[in-house]
Amino acid sequence: MTTSTVAATDSAAEAIPRASFDWRPIALLVTVVLLAVPAIGSTSTWITLTVAGLAMGLIIFVIASGLTLIFGLMDVLNFGHGVFIALGAFVATSVMGYGAGAGWPGFVGVFVAMAVAMAVAGAVGWAFERVIVRPVYGLHLKQILITMGGMIVGEEIIKVIWGPLQIALPMPDELRGAWLFGDAAIEKYRVLAAAIGLAVLAALVFTLNRTKIGLLIRAGVQDRSMVEALGYRIRRLFVGVFVAGSALAGLGGVLWGLYQQSVTPQIGAQVNVLIFIVIIIGGLGSTFGCLVGALLVGLMANYTGYLAPMVALFSNIALMVAILLWRPQGLYPVTNR
Amino acid sequence: MSAVLTLGGVHTHIGAYHILHGVDLDVPEGEVTMLLGRNGAGKTTTLRTIMGLYPASRGEIRFRGQPIHGRETPDIAQLGIAYVPETMGIFTDLTVQENMVLAARAARHAGELDRARLDWIFGLFPALRKFWLYPAGKLSGGQKQMLAVARAIVEPRALILIDEPSKGLAPSIIQNLIGALRELKAQRTTILLVEQNFQMAKALGDTVAVMDDGRVVHHGSMAELADDEGLQQRLLGLSLGAHA
Repeated sequence: MTTSTVAATDSAAEAIPRASFDWRPIALLVTVVLLAVPAIGSTSTWITLTVAGLAMGLIIFVIASGLTLIFGLMDVLNFGHGVFIALGAFVATSVMGYGAGAGWPGFVGVFVAMAVAMAVAGAVGWAFERVIVRPVYGLHLKQILITMGGMIVGEEIIKVIWGPLQIALPMPDELRGAWLFGDAAIEKYRVLAAAIGLAVLAALVFTLNRTKIGLLIRAGVQDRSMVEALGYRIRRLFVGVFVAGSALAGLGGVLWGLYQQSVTPQIGAQVNVLIFIVIIIGGLGSTFGCLVGALLVGLMANYTGYLAPMVALFSNIALMVAILLWRPQGLYPVTNR
Repeated sequence: MSAVLTLGGVHTHIGAYHILHGVDLDVPEGEVTMLLGRNGAGKTTTLRTIMGLYPASRGEIRFRGQPIHGRETPDIAQLGIAYVPETMGIFTDLTVQENMVLAARAARHAGELDRARLDWIFGLFPALRKFWLYPAGKLSGGQKQMLAVARAIVEPRALILIDEPSKGLAPSIIQNLIGALRELKAQRTTILLVEQNFQMAKALGDTVAVMDDGRVVHHGSMAELADDEGLQQRLLGLSLGAHA
């Protein structure tokens, strides 16, 4: 092999801007947090609400990250994502109930419930992709109809197994209560939820940025057929991402159920609205956008819930409208989409 | 010279449209075969059909004697066929380095790229070394095209399919590209090159196939076509002499 150099220098090359990160959505997040200080008035209340908002945001991120990857990579609008949330939460009621009967420490019960919920939701996700989603790849309208239908069927199956009524999902004693920092109360469970959310974030960041599979996922989000033309079987990646996304939704269901301390078969449909707002705000297919969107939604819900409870129901829709007016493709749009 | 790729009576439909009407084509090993023709003649569809991105509805495609029609795109790529699409297919959110790591199937990360080969590629396309850690989306059109070609040669390939690499590029960049492709030609790399730029076709082609209305209507030596203005006029409605 020769090493002769072709005069390929391009004068325009000098003009290429340095790779830069778009900080403005982060600045928006910080601005919301800072604006809440004078609006709330009390620093301790502000700290409590901010921690609660960040914890809620991270729980939503755990659930929504899978959905945004599924859409980004597979171009699948999975309106049935909520069923995995409900499944995770109900599996947790059974596992934690069994654990309580078997005398497990409450903390152990929570982590076993999370592991089992992820395994069950992942396995059902595998079947869901194979039976419901695979026949409608590339057909958006049919995807919406069939995945919503799948969620309705899933909800009914949950009712058959666990009954139609609300079931309590009490927090173990170790997670009850709050730590006091001055006048600010930080609930123990929210700290745990935030820690799990951060762990999921770290795992996702590592996988997407430091592994070849992550590289394939990021490339596949932009151009699936080119990834195939490079010799990779993207369909296997589809299944893997769908299963991982479903498992994360199952984990998120456990966190959400414990957060609410009860679960209903409709929990998935209720959270579905929130996570669709998050992935639209973040930019469809963008994992980092999903994180920023989830934190914004969590913080807004807590701040407005305190400042103007009547507005709280509308706050997330208003947030979505405002952000889409600013950035119609979301905070971090995925190129080529 | 034996043909590394052979198409026999290939038909392709895209939806309700019948695009290829029985394409016959031989791509000799170690040569650059130009695929010419007017817009809409079926050149891009031919390349995409070879890659399995469009299924051939009839006919056969053989690579080194082995039938590949009906096989999935990743299987075809794994046989050693690289494809540079007209759109370049660059992953713009990924860095230049990440694009190259993806193209090198054997490498799990940049440290596993073949260093000697990479130096050779940097020799062909110095801009890629300079912007190695930049998002590919920030590159100029010419640099993106260089990255697209570099990706195709990051590992040794038996056949490279390139679709209109000069499209939309400034003349100076096209000259750079011709230089790089000449270097590949000197390495006896087998290339099937779709091109509208006749200067480029004349500079690079050993053999030529001219398509019209979804068929190959002429197959022969590039030099002969370049010397025969009457043939150019009849096949392409253009004179190479006017573009040289």
